[in-house]
Amino acid sequence: MSFPAINLRSLPGPEDITRVALPNGVTILTRSNFNSPSVVISGYLTVGSLLESDDKLGLADFTASTLLRGTARRSFQQIYDDLESAAASLGFGGGAHTTSFSGKALAEDLDLLLTLLAEAVRQPLFPPEQVEKLRAQLLTGLSVRAQDTGEMASMAFDEIVYAGHIYSRPDDGYPETIQAIRGEDLVAFHGNNYGPRGMVIAVVGAVHASAVVEKVSAALGDWENPAQPEMPPIPSPAPLTQVVTRKVEIPGKSQSDLILGAAGPARRSPDYLAASLGNSVFGQFGLYGRIGEIIREQMGLAYYIFSNVSGGVGPGPWYISAGVDPENIEKTIALIRKEIGRFVADPVTADELADSQANYVGRLPLSLESNGGVAGGLLSLEHYALGLDYYRRFPGLVQAVTVEEVLEAAQRYLHPDRLGIAIAG
Amino acid sequence: MSFTKLTLSNGLLVLLKEIHSAPIISHWIWYRVGSRDETPGVTGVSHWVEHMQFKGTALFPAGVLDKAIARDGGFWNAFTYLDWTTYFETMPADKIDLAVQLEADRMLNCRYRAADVRSERSVIIAERQGSENEPLFRLNEEMQAAAFRVHPYHHETIGDMADLQRIQRRDLINHYRRYYIPNNAVLSVAGDFETRAMLEKIRRCFEDIPARPAPKRLERPEPEQSGERRLTVEGPGETCYVQLDYHAPAGKHPDFFPFMVLDSLLSGPTSLNLFGSGVSNKTSRLYRALVETDLAIGISGGQVATVDPFLYTLIMTVHPNSSAQACIQATDEAIKRLQDAPPPVDEVRRAVKQARALFAYGSESITNQGYWLGFAEMFDCYDWFTNYLDRLAAVTPQEVQRVAQTYLKPQNRLVGVYLPQGSGKTPPGANNPPEEEE
Repeated sequence: MSFPAINLRSLPGPEDITRVALPNGVTILTRSNFNSPSVVISGYLTVGSLLESDDKLGLADFTASTLLRGTARRSFQQIYDDLESAAASLGFGGGAHTTSFSGKALAEDLDLLLTLLAEAVRQPLFPPEQVEKLRAQLLTGLSVRAQDTGEMASMAFDEIVYAGHIYSRPDDGYPETIQAIRGEDLVAFHGNNYGPRGMVIAVVGAVHASAVVEKVSAALGDWENPAQPEMPPIPSPAPLTQVVTRKVEIPGKSQSDLILGAAGPARRSPDYLAASLGNSVFGQFGLYGRIGEIIREQMGLAYYIFSNVSGGVGPGPWYISAGVDPENIEKTIALIRKEIGRFVADPVTADELADSQANYVGRLPLSLESNGGVAGGLLSLEHYALGLDYYRRFPGLVQAVTVEEVLEAAQRYLHPDRLGIAIAG
Repeated sequence: MSFTKLTLSNGLLVLLKEIHSAPIISHWIWYRVGSRDETPGVTGVSHWVEHMQFKGTALFPAGVLDKAIARDGGFWNAFTYLDWTTYFETMPADKIDLAVQLEADRMLNCRYRAADVRSERSVIIAERQGSENEPLFRLNEEMQAAAFRVHPYHHETIGDMADLQRIQRRDLINHYRRYYIPNNAVLSVAGDFETRAMLEKIRRCFEDIPARPAPKRLERPEPEQSGERRLTVEGPGETCYVQLDYHAPAGKHPDFFPFMVLDSLLSGPTSLNLFGSGVSNKTSRLYRALVETDLAIGISGGQVATVDPFLYTLIMTVHPNSSAQACIQATDEAIKRLQDAPPPVDEVRRAVKQARALFAYGSESITNQGYWLGFAEMFDCYDWFTNYLDRLAAVTPQEVQRVAQTYLKPQNRLVGVYLPQGSGKTPPGANNPPEEEE
């Protein structure tokens, strides 16, 4: 079996990524690509749902969604008229640890994207009529969520696996908490939490690095907010001691969604790469790894089944997700638990690991093909302090993982008798 | 950038486009068969055959193929639609031989083992059940059936449950043998290769596959609709949806281009790209007329390029304090304004700029380029794509007005409402259901 020979020089690295840290705490990452006339911006601020209270869940996401609904310089209509006339896009989304943004435009319109980004994060107005419009949209989104078997299973899963932990809460809140949020809550959340410290912006496309640094500095370099807090540390979730199952009844559905698993490693955890490669063998590689082969290919029990190690800033879940005929739920769960049992008892084979190692390295050029892919990659390098030479070192890091390390990681996080199991349908 | 189009001796149409921006090649094989080639009793057979094509050949047994592609860092998938079925692999450039070999092999040598047919039956039924969980799938299925009484665009690609339960192995094999032949296929390859060498590979793998009698497509033209059709679908949930479908021009019809502009003005620009997002539609006429006024939570619209005339679709999520009828009325008013007077030149120019930008975004992806190359051949030819921006730029406000008058009239449409049966409360939006027609 040959290891893929990829041209490491074609991947982003220290000599073609420009990284500049502004004095106010904003970090700029940029890489030029003149193959097409477009540009992508992508990034995050260190503000998220961890900062909101239980009675106003969804506040961080609501705030992020309102940023482009009117600023000190432009109304909602002006903002979108400017964006859409240029065929550009810009959007914000709230998460637990960060509020992210991304946008795309023809390179000639980069100034527009950066100006709107700066206005949105620095001078949003939260116009009351726009807040109410958005509230209606968010509430409708939540009533659609209540009918979505995948989303409801995912929420129930988080409640079991992260019981008592901050990760048990949904970032988009509940209808009653969205109703409880007032306009002044949005203003206060923004004023007290949004700031330049820890903000990262990646710009990738048909623009020179020096121009990017100059433009971003002009838009964000003089932003200060002395009130900006540190994000709270994340405690470890209490490990499960048994199988905990929760069923969410949603009448009238033809298919059930099933999620099972446990808390997994954080992205910076030393065993993250071993866990991730092990997960690839278990539920990703080829047509969804070992469980895809058994549950879908051999037994025909599910249209989709896969497993995932979320990683992230904190201990995101390591889970298996499947869409299953309600009649086949118990059978599917039993088979998955049996496979988890095998996965934590015996090491994966050397061939299995080598397959996934080859895939991890071989897929790099494709995952970094688009400007958006490169921007996402640059943000990961920064967010998890991986270093600008990470992609150059990556093949070596992947190849160094052993079957023993995979087994140890699997045993650390998974056990067939200590799982959260959520079913919705 | 070099472009080559030629037909091999066995009738296989080949399109090659060299693009050297990244060391990647995307390889697509297209078959002129889709759900519109299916008769009652075997609806869904095209899509099921697509699934079976992943079950392996003697040369590439199941499990070997996907692992080989994954090991090389590629990705692959397949799609079945109304008029066509397609399979693609996007690979690091030096690994493309695998894709060429396996697609040539799959054209002839797939196994269709009884055990695989059995397990795939339950996978496909599960896929359909997953779709049935979605209110908009249920509404769309009824709308399509009501829109096409005669034409085989009548049913969803996934097929009817009754047929998914009864289709037999021989139905699948017959379908495969009949349509998966070189003279019914198009091969499109885009990316980092040298044309002469790529063509050599393709000839070596494909040219020995013999041509067979070309299958005739099912021709059952839909008669002109002579009055508005209305329907409701009831189901779980709290959210009411409205879908308006208008019979629309086929992909190669000259009206398709003014219709693209019309769609852009009404509901925002539609991206032709297979992957990646478009731009928002918050300044479109219907967003302003429905969402800005709190009649709807969201609005989207779009048409697709098909061989025969298909549908222009508008979908609205009804605001909890509004009604389906109010959304339909506001839409009618916005459409009437376009029928009464041509849109301002600036608005048309803006739509063209948006299309140009979306086109530029799409060209970044080699996979998209391979897709475009073959897709246009499925309903017209690749010139359709190369002329796309010029033909859009030539659209006049008067043409937009004319297509609005010609196509967007009540006699030519279907009105569908999803009435949520909720959780015991009066369903929002249900207070004014559309009138029933008997």
